[in-house]
Amino acid sequence: MRFSDRRLGGVWDKVRGGERLDRADGMLLFETDDLLGIGRMADHVKSGREGDRVYFVINRHITPTNLCVLSCSFCGFARKPGQAGAYEHTIEDMVAMVKDETREVHIVGGHHPDWPFEYYERMIEAMHHAHPQVQIKAFTAAEIDYFWRRWKIEPKEALARLKAAGLQSMPGGGAEIFSPRLAKLLKYTGKADPERWCEIHGIAHSLGLPTNATMLYGHVETLEERVDHLVRLREQQDASGGFVTFVPLAYQEGTTKLVPRQTPPADSLRTIAASRLLLDNFPHVEAYWVTLGEETASVALHFGADDVNGTLEDERIQHLSGAQTPAGVAREQLFRMIRDAGKIPVERDALYNVIEVWN
Amino acid sequence: MLEQITEKVLAGERLDRKDGQWLLTDAPLLEVGALANELRFRRLPDKRVTFVIDSNPNYTNVCITDCQFCAFYRKPGHPEAWTLSVDEVLAKVEFAAAKGATTVLLQGGHNPDLPLEYYLTIVRETRRRFPEVTPHFFTASEIHTIAGVSGLATADVLDRLWEAGQRTLPGGGAEVLSERVRTRIEPKKGGPAAWLDVHREAHRRGFKSTATMMYGHVETADDVLDHFDAIRRLQDEFGGFTAFVPWSFKPGHTMLEKWIKHYQGPNAYLRMLAVSRLYLDNFPHVQASWFSEGKRAGQIALHFGADDWGGTLFEENVHRAADYVNTVGVDEIVTLIREAGFTPAQRNTEYDILHTY
Repeated sequence: MRFSDRRLGGVWDKVRGGERLDRADGMLLFETDDLLGIGRMADHVKSGREGDRVYFVINRHITPTNLCVLSCSFCGFARKPGQAGAYEHTIEDMVAMVKDETREVHIVGGHHPDWPFEYYERMIEAMHHAHPQVQIKAFTAAEIDYFWRRWKIEPKEALARLKAAGLQSMPGGGAEIFSPRLAKLLKYTGKADPERWCEIHGIAHSLGLPTNATMLYGHVETLEERVDHLVRLREQQDASGGFVTFVPLAYQEGTTKLVPRQTPPADSLRTIAASRLLLDNFPHVEAYWVTLGEETASVALHFGADDVNGTLEDERIQHLSGAQTPAGVAREQLFRMIRDAGKIPVERDALYNVIEVWN
Repeated sequence: MLEQITEKVLAGERLDRKDGQWLLTDAPLLEVGALANELRFRRLPDKRVTFVIDSNPNYTNVCITDCQFCAFYRKPGHPEAWTLSVDEVLAKVEFAAAKGATTVLLQGGHNPDLPLEYYLTIVRETRRRFPEVTPHFFTASEIHTIAGVSGLATADVLDRLWEAGQRTLPGGGAEVLSERVRTRIEPKKGGPAAWLDVHREAHRRGFKSTATMMYGHVETADDVLDHFDAIRRLQDEFGGFTAFVPWSFKPGHTMLEKWIKHYQGPNAYLRMLAVSRLYLDNFPHVQASWFSEGKRAGQIALHFGADDWGGTLFEENVHRAADYVNTVGVDEIVTLIREAGFTPAQRNTEYDILHTY
């Protein structure tokens, strides 16, 4: 492989030899001008694992409430009680939102000041009872941690009870950026810190619950902080092994304006490629079209991503933070995103069982 | 195949149709992009990306050519048909000039009722009243229409435009320069020769022009290579092309919409740009069309061999008629180019640098 930045030759030797990249390699991936050089290496890894397959799921987002006791600086979604636009869904409402064709329901919401843990337990139970064929992916590690902070329910107990109620996997949100500096600066110190976030995912893995991991990038974090975040996730995966997909989340500047503009597409492509190369023990890396835009997501399928998430009916958190993409798309639109890249759409469920290969 | 093509490109050897076929259909996208990017930096070592402050007004939507890909035109006598007077056109040039435009790309339908003098007056008056604006007027097929209406040869029309002060021609109306494609989607515009002859005669006279391509409808890779070969041969003759500008067909409200529902996406676009950089070895510039493909795709395209960002397009009506709208100001262009990691520079119609940011 020819690189315009020759320093990448050493990384390529490691990638080809199946050797793990270190922090210095990670920094080089984020600093080099040779965008297509790292893209081609990531594509080599992705193609070796998955060929031309790109996954998607027919899914629906449910955000039970936007009431939140936290005030994270990057969030345009949360509201305080009594504030305009605040809402709380009933369990019946939420159960009625799910259609028969939905394969996965993704439930993530604010840290509600008063809802007891039992409410969440009943929510999962009712959802599972009404739609036994739908896989439930719910509650970030930050929410599980909040059940401890608010109700003193240990994560192990919370996850075990939720699993008994019908929970099948956990989303990767709430990780933000693993950096004490940013937690303070962006006011998310009241949220599970990196150790706690990883601990909770480890517990989920030990209970047989697969989970995802995210990274919120493109705001005021440094490149070192991105590399630290990725390396920390890789260590956790070595320890507990239950991460399925890594989902980089491009910060939406919409209402919170930590930076004036969304990070450019080349930075997102680079982040996806670097993630694919550093996270050698993660099965999948996602191009989350909601935060990237459909064009960049489609191009990202050449930069190491092998998943585009799903139809995402009624996505709210990114949209209330300013995402300009539609709030949900039809299967045909996902096909177009995938096929424009010359890839094969593979419909999956929440647990990555293949439902249909759409050749 | 990749190694063979890489060797040729690095040795400055010309690619043949077999190479082009592989690059357009089978080559891994990022390999094509990386090679195109390497060639771009060999030719233009500066990390500079140029743009032009321009506007694309139209003087008429009346057209008798009935192209199947067009949502802009109306037949003569149609209730929505319109034609601007010379003064109205000049008011549009004035509007653009007031906003700092150095290029006005004026084009319109093929309106059989407009005399030669209409066109010449617009050129002369633009030169006289707005010396800072380069009149970048009338595509090849409009030159044909003017010739037909006035009873002159196209070469004579070009002479008259030159006398009036025009020095550049826009490259629109090429679509895909293949007999098969043009017969299918624009039978009344004539084969590839109709477009090529005007540009040949223009270049012979010292005009500069661009070459465009509208892809993503009924063409095959073979048709695209016909197009590339034709403009590459012509460029060998006079070197009059400044840039190659591809864009994807937008089906909204066109006759072709019945068969072609969606425009080809960003990956097809990036491939087209990169292959054109490699294949059109005698073209100085390749333009990333943020306007037709979106700003994000435009920014990514700068890593795939493109070195120009196109223009501000203060006014544009043709894509708009197909429900495809993008807008941008100078500040945003500068920001977009910088974000992509390049140095923005304002150019004029002939790609001379006016100002580096």
